Amino acid sequence: MDLKGQVHKFGDDVNTDYIISGRHKFKTLDMKELAKYVMEDLDPEFYSKVKAGDFIVAGSNFGCGSSREQAPLAIINADISAVVAKSFARIFYRNCINTGLPLIECDTDQIDEGDELEVDLQKGVLYNLSKGIEIAITPLPEVMLKILSDGGLVEHFKKYGAFNFD
Amino acid sequence: MGKTIAEKILSQKSGKDVKANDIVVADLDFIMGQDGTSPLAIKAFQEMQAQRVFDPARIAMVIDHSAPSPLEGVSELHRQMRSFAGEQGICFYDIGDGVCHQLMPEQGHVVPGNLVIGADSHTCTYGAINVFSTGVGSTDLAAGLISGKLWFKVPETFKFVLNGQLPAGVYSKDLILHLIGDITADGATYMAAEYVGEAIADLSVEARFTISNMAIEMGAKAGLMEADLKTMDWVKQHSTKSFTVVKADADAVYARVKEYDVSCLDPQVAKPHTVDNVSPIGEVAGIPIQQGVIGTCTNGRMEDLRIAAGILQGRKVKSRLIIAPSSRQVMLQAIREGLIEIFLESGAAVVTPGCGPCVGTHNGVPSDGENVISTANRNFKGRMGNNRAFVYLGSPATVAASVIKGEISDPREYLR
Ligand code: SF4
Repeated sequence: MDLKGQVHKFGDDVNTDYIISGRHKFKTLDMKELAKYVMEDLDPEFYSKVKAGDFIVAGSNFGCGSSREQAPLAIINADISAVVAKSFARIFYRNCINTGLPLIECDTDQIDEGDELEVDLQKGVLYNLSKGIEIAITPLPEVMLKILSDGGLVEHFKKYGAFNFD
Repeated sequence: MGKTIAEKILSQKSGKDVKANDIVVADLDFIMGQDGTSPLAIKAFQEMQAQRVFDPARIAMVIDHSAPSPLEGVSELHRQMRSFAGEQGICFYDIGDGVCHQLMPEQGHVVPGNLVIGADSHTCTYGAINVFSTGVGSTDLAAGLISGKLWFKVPETFKFVLNGQLPAGVYSKDLILHLIGDITADGATYMAAEYVGEAIADLSVEARFTISNMAIEMGAKAGLMEADLKTMDWVKQHSTKSFTVVKADADAVYARVKEYDVSCLDPQVAKPHTVDNVSPIGEVAGIPIQQGVIGTCTNGRMEDLRIAAGILQGRKVKSRLIIAPSSRQVMLQAIREGLIEIFLESGAAVVTPGCGPCVGTHNGVPSDGENVISTANRNFKGRMGNNRAFVYLGSPATVAASVIKGEISDPREYLR
């Protein structure tokens, strides 16, 4: 999977209420509709600024808070290609893998708003094209790579009817 | 080499000898979904082309987050849940039955040594009765409903040794807020917390739930305690299921161990907009409050209501006060004990057992610029449905004292 796009930068502890507020998420299962409100409480303009393939980049503990899967789904439906952060909260992490949103764990201090990034998930590298630097990324455990490469947990279950990591 | 509680439960349930950082597929004892997460899980269940759940007796669904429904869209999602639960024959709790995390232990669904998932982040609550329980998302829930299994990364464990006795007017809520303030919101990310020591042994089982409930607010996957005699008595009063308690080995390996002496702890308050932004009461006393909330899966149990009623009895509130008992049983008991009368006479609004105004869907959304003090577990910006409001968190005693004065107040002034 090769990903390329522009950076939208956020800070530490971006919680799932910021990603998609409870005000919106309980109302509908229409994720395209929910996507319009992604990051609304942090940046009301966010949805209108994003172009297909862009990245959300943040500090540590991205996705902390509730278990709402609407959070990764709303990000996917806003056409964000991946979230890059120093660390992720664990339920969010699982939810992203299960719904097929790639997560990239690496040092994000050298990535700024508007930078152009390219990521090669197989090789495990992130290129900051604007700064001309390469940043190493923490590889995903095999179980997660397997689920991601199947296209998420729904596809995994469709294919095998159960967990199959052998 | 010895094992932690998390390593032992995950070893038993996966049939393998595992240690921290191993990845396992393990058998689940119980699975729970609520109305914010179940509809998506039902959709994933259908997309996975499954017909039947693995075992209806080991699944419960609860309508608690928006109960009763405030909106057409929510009503439709509730309808989907009712019909799925009916078709599959799974245990169903409808509006007014209570908050999922109160119901699972109270109704005897989960017992010590169990491995449990719930599609709600505060599923870690049952760690207080020695259950490895953790929050998952809707797709994980669907996979669990179908297979009765889930994959887990065995967590490392952060051990909290809590020495000393909590002073009067200081409660388990103050203790957990203090720990979160100290190690911060991601201080235990990917880890299990184990809480041990005299201060835990002293607490009632109800008070212990408050501590395990908030493990997720330090990033932890589970908030585990050993089962002592109090735990076993409590569980036997609530469940007929047989169980085997799980203890950590004396030579278990911990990622971190931290000791605290709680004997001089003051009441604690988390300030907007993060749970780890914690101060002792002295630093925040006097901040004006427009609304108080007592309830939620953190502090809506009998003990909490008794503490609040003790302070509110014979007094009138200056700020609005919303009280949401955590379950139908709790509400009934509170009626029998005369607590609901005390609340109503003090000027409080008592709402349907359930999540109440906790998550901003209904039941008390604050207006712009208002300050709220709540017994909940989260104070994120926008959490209660308005991102221009400010949410403070404290114990039921602190909330009760604060609404009487109309400003954040030290509950110790009201101890009788
Ligand atoms: S009471 Fe609040 S924190 Fe607890 S389950 Fe309900 S919404 Fe979540």
